[in-house]
Amino acid sequence: MATSIDVSDLNIYYDDFLAVEGVNISIPARAVTAFIGPSGCGKSTFLRSLNRMHEAIRGARVEGKVLVDGEDLYGRGIDPVDVRRRIGMVFQRPNPFPTMSIAQNVLAGRRLNGERLKKAEADAVVEQALRRAGLWAEVKDRLDRPGSSLSGGQQQRLCIARAIAVEPDVLLMDEPCSALDPISTSVIEDLIHELKAEYTIVIVTHNMQQAARVSDQTAFFNLAGVGRPGRLVELGPTEKMFANPDDPATEAYIQGRFG
Amino acid sequence: MSTTTETETRAVVRPGDRVFRGISSISAIVIVSTLAGVAIFLTAEGVPGMTASADQVKSGETFLRYVTPLVFGTLWAAVIALAIATPVSIGVALFISHVAPRRLAQPIGYVIDLLAAVPSVVYGSWGILTLSSSIQPLYVWLERNLGFLPFFAGPASATGRTILTAAVVLAIMVLPIMTAICREIFLQTPRLHEEAALALGATRWEMITMAVLPYARSGIVSAAMLALGRALGETMAVAMVLSASGVISVNLISSTNPSTIAANIALSFPEASGLDVSVLIGTGLVLFAITFAVNVAARALVARHREFSGAN
Repeated sequence: MATSIDVSDLNIYYDDFLAVEGVNISIPARAVTAFIGPSGCGKSTFLRSLNRMHEAIRGARVEGKVLVDGEDLYGRGIDPVDVRRRIGMVFQRPNPFPTMSIAQNVLAGRRLNGERLKKAEADAVVEQALRRAGLWAEVKDRLDRPGSSLSGGQQQRLCIARAIAVEPDVLLMDEPCSALDPISTSVIEDLIHELKAEYTIVIVTHNMQQAARVSDQTAFFNLAGVGRPGRLVELGPTEKMFANPDDPATEAYIQGRFG
Repeated sequence: MSTTTETETRAVVRPGDRVFRGISSISAIVIVSTLAGVAIFLTAEGVPGMTASADQVKSGETFLRYVTPLVFGTLWAAVIALAIATPVSIGVALFISHVAPRRLAQPIGYVIDLLAAVPSVVYGSWGILTLSSSIQPLYVWLERNLGFLPFFAGPASATGRTILTAAVVLAIMVLPIMTAICREIFLQTPRLHEEAALALGATRWEMITMAVLPYARSGIVSAAMLALGRALGETMAVAMVLSASGVISVNLISSTNPSTIAANIALSFPEASGLDVSVLIGTGLVLFAITFAVNVAARALVARHREFSGAN
């Protein structure tokens, strides 16, 4: 389950518009990599290119290579559906399926894989995923209630449970705490710490302290200029990035002098 | 809303709010009183016919015996029409909203909307002149191969002017409104839910069944009910196409077919007088009640799933 990602010379386009240019990055297994940078710098776009979710937007395409355990995600004959089953995603706003119960939400991805789960197996999957997402104690007596009956923080943990129930290798998180209060945020951050023992985690965040708290390595993205594409400015161990970054732009951003 | 204390002054009322409130209240009152007026008219004019004895009216039957085949025919034709139209409109709407490239989707949408503007007389003429004769061989085939089913027991109509033909015409007539509503609802599926499904590794079809259709369920029911309302009340097309003989039969392809309330009123009204008019208006009251009951049932169906509807 130890999956690393190597990206080389990745350009991301929306139609003819170059959104992100020339990204080279290596994302190690069983660690948390944080993407920081000002709004519109392409970090979310780049994150979504890691499981081909950006293709859900019309006209989006990439050039370059994304190697997951040596296999190119954009290689010939690779089905984006299979890619997304291996590389799960948690979104900015909690998005449990409103028409499904809590248990059905957790099982949603499993059912997709065409699996016929027996009742007992399904119950086990639900319990295990909810336990790992730190939600079990709060919802175990109301698994048949709608997912939308939970609080925002609980909904987000439900979405994490739903993502890990399919047992992906990698978990991408796109500002998972930006719609949550500080207490829910800290619960999710603790969860990320626990999950990194099993998963490769990539998280986009606008919260500098969060990046510092949860990540092992940090990547700073920035626009090359107004109207120019976003690019990866600097990548390094989180401690070094926050204490002593190489690039003056990184230092300025982290210290809050711009962006 | 807020609890008023004695020190609080009266809320300021802006003239714009007052005008708006007035206009919307009047609109609401007008629509409700129109509906009440229709109900009162139907009851007042219909009751003498409904209570008349068998020998007082031309049909020579009591009202209940007279109306029962018509009620059956009305519901039967509408249900068949809906059974044909629902899957087709959901399919077309999904094609427009989620499958077709935008360049193709828009013209198809326009064409569908255009279908709604065709008058029912035109559909009726087409039903008689083209559809019934071209579909007739199918009825012969159905009788020969599926004749063991009561629906296709035959003998197959020689003209093709059967209740199934009428239902097909009705289905085509209700298709545009149903498709248009479904399309709008499908387009409103939150992007978040679609992405949630895709990110779990859903194919496009799985995404539709997981995120789009469940979210749209109550809207689909509403669309179907609107379509059912139109199918129940449609007059001209049925009156023109159907060769009716006032029986109760589930046979879809024979030449003896139940009529519908609306078509029967249209066909019988010119020759009716006195108590017979009253009988026809009585059947209109029954149709009114059926439509009302169908709508109540639909609301109940939607409300039962409220918690899981995505509206909260």
